[in-house]
Amino acid sequence: MRNKIIEREQVQETMPWMPGSTDVNLRINGNAHALKLQPWVSLLDALREYADLTGTKKGCDHGQCGACTVLCDGDRILSCLTLAVMKEGADITTIEGIAKEGELHPLQKAFIEHDAFQCGYCTPGQICSAIGMLNENKASSRAEVKELMSGNLCRCGANTNIIDAIMEVKEGGNYE
Amino acid sequence: MNNFSYARAKSIQEAIQKVSADKDTKFVAGGTNLIDLWKYDLTTFNALIDINSIEECHAIEEKSDGGVRLGAFVKNAQTAYHPLIEARYPLLSKAILAGASGQIRNMATNGGNLLQRTRCYYFYDPAVPCNKREPGSGCSAIQGYNRIMAIFGTSENCIAVFPSDMCIALAALDAVVNVSGPGGERSLPFADFHRLPGDTPHLDNNLAFDEIITSIDLPQNGFAKNYSYLKLRDRNSYAFALVSVATGFELDGDIIKEARIALGGVAHKPWRVRQAEEFLRDNTASRENFETAAEIIIKDAVTYEFNSFKVELTKRAIIRNCIMALHPETQLPGAQPSA
Repeated sequence: MRNKIIEREQVQETMPWMPGSTDVNLRINGNAHALKLQPWVSLLDALREYADLTGTKKGCDHGQCGACTVLCDGDRILSCLTLAVMKEGADITTIEGIAKEGELHPLQKAFIEHDAFQCGYCTPGQICSAIGMLNENKASSRAEVKELMSGNLCRCGANTNIIDAIMEVKEGGNYE
Repeated sequence: MNNFSYARAKSIQEAIQKVSADKDTKFVAGGTNLIDLWKYDLTTFNALIDINSIEECHAIEEKSDGGVRLGAFVKNAQTAYHPLIEARYPLLSKAILAGASGQIRNMATNGGNLLQRTRCYYFYDPAVPCNKREPGSGCSAIQGYNRIMAIFGTSENCIAVFPSDMCIALAALDAVVNVSGPGGERSLPFADFHRLPGDTPHLDNNLAFDEIITSIDLPQNGFAKNYSYLKLRDRNSYAFALVSVATGFELDGDIIKEARIALGGVAHKPWRVRQAEEFLRDNTASRENFETAAEIIIKDAVTYEFNSFKVELTKRAIIRNCIMALHPETQLPGAQPSA
């Protein structure tokens, strides 16, 4: 990880016409990350390319699919439409950060039990979005869960099982 | 995607100074539309001024005149779920929650919602002419696949629609937009904020490039007893409206004392026809009268090859939504038609 940052600094030195990079401090999954980023680097690219956390997926890169969903200070957001520089000091949680002490998060377990994915590409975003959605505590029925999860698309068509998995965790009440 | 520099403004004045000094500088708040447009090369800028750290404009508070002020930098989700808005302006809550997705509503701000640009696919396609993207180049939608386009207030230069849901409720509620600029502050009635395309379709609204929306004022009456927001679209959630309707009634028994009907997805701005609202005033809240009101609204519709279905859809949506407004408790999540 460190080598990668140094490489990028060197690239910048050899290309003086590039606008300078800025220090961006993020707390990602509980760990402090001091990144040097150009202003136009999205939070998604910062996570994947600079912090080497490739669990968060780039789907459309235009805010239409939800694959890049992460939690920012507890709120689910789209990392592809977020400039990393605008999240200085923020606490980011990605799919890599939700299992605690080697034990899968209840939603991860439920996704496996309910066969809630085929290719798995949308899964990190689905799970981060579901954590945010459950913490918002605005859905009281299956119909409302479906509505509030509509920002996450699944091209494999596992949606029914995804909602089943989320409903099980919601009813179990254990999703912190 | 061009490179740009980035700075944070600490005050409204500082933000305005920075942008008025350089026309190629833009404000950024939620960024959900701006960053997307930048990725498509539909907007370019030398610098972004981040206005999120400005301390003002982050509150929702009651005003002395009985209304409520929405800070421009408050997120859409915070607004929709705010106890004051849920209780007094449920029409606004409902409309906000019918738009975008849970993630985007957590990012997008109230001010930014007013400034979102059209989703016309010719606007997004740099290979074809578009007067909104490149003034004078022509409109590809008029002779093109214009199924999603406007049926009211169009011009020979542009038939794009304004995609917001939140703004349709704000139009129905007669909100007021407060803005600050180099010359001071001013307030615009909601109906005067957005523009029709006319000869200047590249201008979506009457905000100058160096002006900033600071707040949106809601008048005292939120039509909280009899309201409904209906949104019809190609998929049931997370899609822009083909037609949407915001309705608010003030009833005395079954007599309508005041009616508000605003339409989305059918024009370059939220669409209201005062003549229809006047017709309903002091009239019975009956299906027959709703039908007449809907006929008054659609009589000015102008259609193109693929969007004539919108006229009947609009008419039925208005009637259905007026009936739904009599029984708000029957509404389903996501502003779908109730049974």
